[in-house]
Amino acid sequence: MKWATHTISLSNRDGQFYCNEQQSLLHGLESQRIKAVQAGCRGGGCGVCKIRVLNGEFFSKKMSKKHVSADELNQGMGLSCRIFPRSDMVIEALD
Amino acid sequence: MKKGVMRPGHIQIRVLDMDIALSHYCDLLGLIEVDRDEEGRVYLKCWTEVDKFSVVLRETDEAGMDFTGYKVIDESTLEALENELNQKGYPTTEIPVGELNGCGRRVRFKAPTGHSFELFATKEQPGKWGISPRNPEAWPRGLKGMRPTRFDHCLLYGDDLEGNLSLFIDILGFDLAEQVVDPEGNKAAIFLTCSSKAHDVAFIKHDEKDKFHHASFWLENWQDVLRAADLISMTDTPIDIGPTRHGLTHGQTIYFFDPSGNRNEVFCGGDYHYPDHPTVTWDADELGKAIFYHDRELNERFLTVLT
Repeated sequence: MKWATHTISLSNRDGQFYCNEQQSLLHGLESQRIKAVQAGCRGGGCGVCKIRVLNGEFFSKKMSKKHVSADELNQGMGLSCRIFPRSDMVIEALD
Repeated sequence: MKKGVMRPGHIQIRVLDMDIALSHYCDLLGLIEVDRDEEGRVYLKCWTEVDKFSVVLRETDEAGMDFTGYKVIDESTLEALENELNQKGYPTTEIPVGELNGCGRRVRFKAPTGHSFELFATKEQPGKWGISPRNPEAWPRGLKGMRPTRFDHCLLYGDDLEGNLSLFIDILGFDLAEQVVDPEGNKAAIFLTCSSKAHDVAFIKHDEKDKFHHASFWLENWQDVLRAADLISMTDTPIDIGPTRHGLTHGQTIYFFDPSGNRNEVFCGGDYHYPDHPTVTWDADELGKAIFYHDRELNERFLTVLT
């Protein structure tokens, strides 16, 4: 089956990218060579690819609590290797 | 001077999802599941290992390493090392017999870099998997994935390398096989051995304490490393670097990540070390070549992506 593709905008960087529902945001960023986020372990363990979600629906896989606390989750923080879009999204790259 | 510490015995790794982790560690890496306990921990081993297990997976909400344990030659050696650790400022905790299934009492202590280490003398010995100790065949049928032969070592990142050097050499009887030294003479990396292997544990200098870089498993040859690389691609498993060769230890290697972001290595070949051998030194300005002998430059990920 063909998975729905969504448009992901970066609030604090130029440009946007496309990401289907089976691709993590990190995968989408990398496949379109957008270097706003650094890739790390790709498994939610190292915390390198952290972003903030400002808008949009998504599905999230488990990630290390050490890098994203419960409070941070509530504030929309997450690891882009673990976040899969379910609608168009707006995200913020963190430095 | 050898103090009776023989070899890496086990490592307990934290994973975010046990079923997904087992698919990686058993189907792809090729470890063999040997037991589970009431806490939900899963015990794994490589096929040539005589002891019951070498890898323990624990599901929790944070990746990384809980502890790693070294086997000593007998219980009286364990007691002597326990006493010496306590006398020299490394307070120990006793972990009772059976806390890990099939393992005798363990003596746990913290290294100056913040990592939890254990010593133990006794573990059940069911023998090599699928091979009789009498007239043994060359290898067992039915192995999966990369078919590693043993858990070989781990590489850990932490701040106080001088402290660890003193602990491992003066108390535990390891030798410094290889090191990376900066122009001021500070150690940036230490590779320590308690056998004739190039490393039984290694540490790299890093600002934070208690960080886990990788657990490493031994393959027989370069063809197996290439085959591991194929399996990593076939399964779309995140790769770090390789296949390549290290300058340090000269091992032939590939690095990849488990589904919780813990780094694994499989490797073959490399140097050996005897107690009368001088320490091999790499200069910090050759660090790229020391780590990745062919590319001769570091990738940022190798230094900063840790669990």
